Amino acid sequence: MKGFSQRYCIVGVGQTKYGKVPGMSQLAHNALAIRAAMADAGLTTDDVDGVLTKAPTSTFPMLWAPKVAEALRITPRVTGTLDQAGASNIGLIQYAISCLELGQANYIAISYGDNPRSGTRTSYARPRGDDALAGVFGAPSSYAMVARRHMHEYGTTHEQLANVAITHRHHASMNPNAVFQDPITLEDYEQSRFVAEPFRLLDCCPVSDGGAAYIVTTEARAKDLAKPPVYVEGIGQGHPAWDFFRRGELATSGAKVSGEGAFRTAGLGPQDIDFCEIYDCFTIVPLITLEEYGFCAKGEGGSLYEDGHTRLGGALPVNTSGGLLSETGMPGTQLVVEAVRQIRGEGGSRQVEGAEVGLVSQQGGIMTTHSTMIVTKG
Amino acid sequence: MVDPAFAALGELAPEVTEETAPFWDGLAAGELRMEHCPACGSYQHPAESFCYACGSLSVEWQTVRGHGEVYSFIVVHQPYHAAFRDRLPYVVATVQLDEGPRMLGPIFDIDPSAVWIGMRVQPRIEAVSAERSALFFEPEHTGRRPDPSEGVAPAGGSVSAS
Repeated sequence: MKGFSQRYCIVGVGQTKYGKVPGMSQLAHNALAIRAAMADAGLTTDDVDGVLTKAPTSTFPMLWAPKVAEALRITPRVTGTLDQAGASNIGLIQYAISCLELGQANYIAISYGDNPRSGTRTSYARPRGDDALAGVFGAPSSYAMVARRHMHEYGTTHEQLANVAITHRHHASMNPNAVFQDPITLEDYEQSRFVAEPFRLLDCCPVSDGGAAYIVTTEARAKDLAKPPVYVEGIGQGHPAWDFFRRGELATSGAKVSGEGAFRTAGLGPQDIDFCEIYDCFTIVPLITLEEYGFCAKGEGGSLYEDGHTRLGGALPVNTSGGLLSETGMPGTQLVVEAVRQIRGEGGSRQVEGAEVGLVSQQGGIMTTHSTMIVTKG
Repeated sequence: MVDPAFAALGELAPEVTEETAPFWDGLAAGELRMEHCPACGSYQHPAESFCYACGSLSVEWQTVRGHGEVYSFIVVHQPYHAAFRDRLPYVVATVQLDEGPRMLGPIFDIDPSAVWIGMRVQPRIEAVSAERSALFFEPEHTGRRPDPSEGVAPAGGSVSAS
């Protein structure tokens, strides 16, 4: 990645069970996902000297990363929690790389784990500020407002939104870890109930328990480990920041600025990308994200899906594990894990042929934050 | 006298703070009041102790018309809160006010298929408890207290009598 003295790699990935997992605490999902990532890399708690986390969405505890470190019996040289909501998963990798560049740590574990399905999920349907009197509760309503505007401005159709859900589910049908593995049809989509029009239930990701983690280190250290390293070649950020309904343009996101940053630091462009793992909390989001990254013209995201380009075997497979919509509703960490597995060739029946350069997008809030990462085989 | 159709929403009224009191006092008086910055001319909502646009500390309250147009809207079917259960499905609009700010607000008593992006709307202020009133929206030129027998305004701007 341009701007650093050396190259940095993701060397281990791990996860806990996704879906409804009673009996596992938030702490367990974090600590055990990190243990799985350490095992994947051939590392132990004696090696890992940095622990970074995104706080659990459902409760948002303070000083969470130190607690996760304690649960691993690690006394870290580097720790902390970054609050960019769903975009934190890449923001934390950027922070980890900065720490490695400064020589502050050798192996940094990054995790996210939460149990909103079996524990408390009130934060998922909590009104924000004065929005309760406005009848706006939970993320689907706000994202539906975005979707309606995109449909108005660019002619995006219900069928195109359905195609996002159907495509990602098709990929999830080849992923034994996915919460939803049964393929769906346009008819299934049209028969699913309305949540907040234009969204139906199948436009929305599920609320899921689960944890995922990865380990970041320097290229020199990465070469001695159990699995081939996956190189972090580009990272970008861009944040609309304002409350969704106050933004000048609602049918856009931080993907344009964030994507430009990632492509610039990687010295690559959209034409170089073999596959994408795109934050897909709702069906409208991948359309807007892919448009703003420059994979198609603004407003053409729906066609990209309709024409089959985003399907496995197409020109640009998207969300090869099923994404938030079908693998697990976890806010984005699983997308990094899948990108690493694809680059390593561990995708099994959902493996993208010749997957050497992948792009991961993350975003948080109501498209409030956005980060982008490009990973390569090196 | 609180219209029973709105009384259920009373419990959702947020706590009044020193900064937001003029807004809620305005609604109780049947007016929409909004902060205005004499230094840069911008309006803002929600209220703050300073101007978001220029940082001036001398923001002042003005009564505004609060008319605007629907920038986007949704039709909520999910029973998120008991207070809205009897209204399902209901329309919530993002409204671009003529004064500049955007606000979120429900448009009740309307066929969702009659709502469209670009549709002109105006404030509809209703008491939700003995002390509190709240801001909703309705098609522009709707009477403040339309006779229910008149029905709702159809799409395209034709209106019920005031």
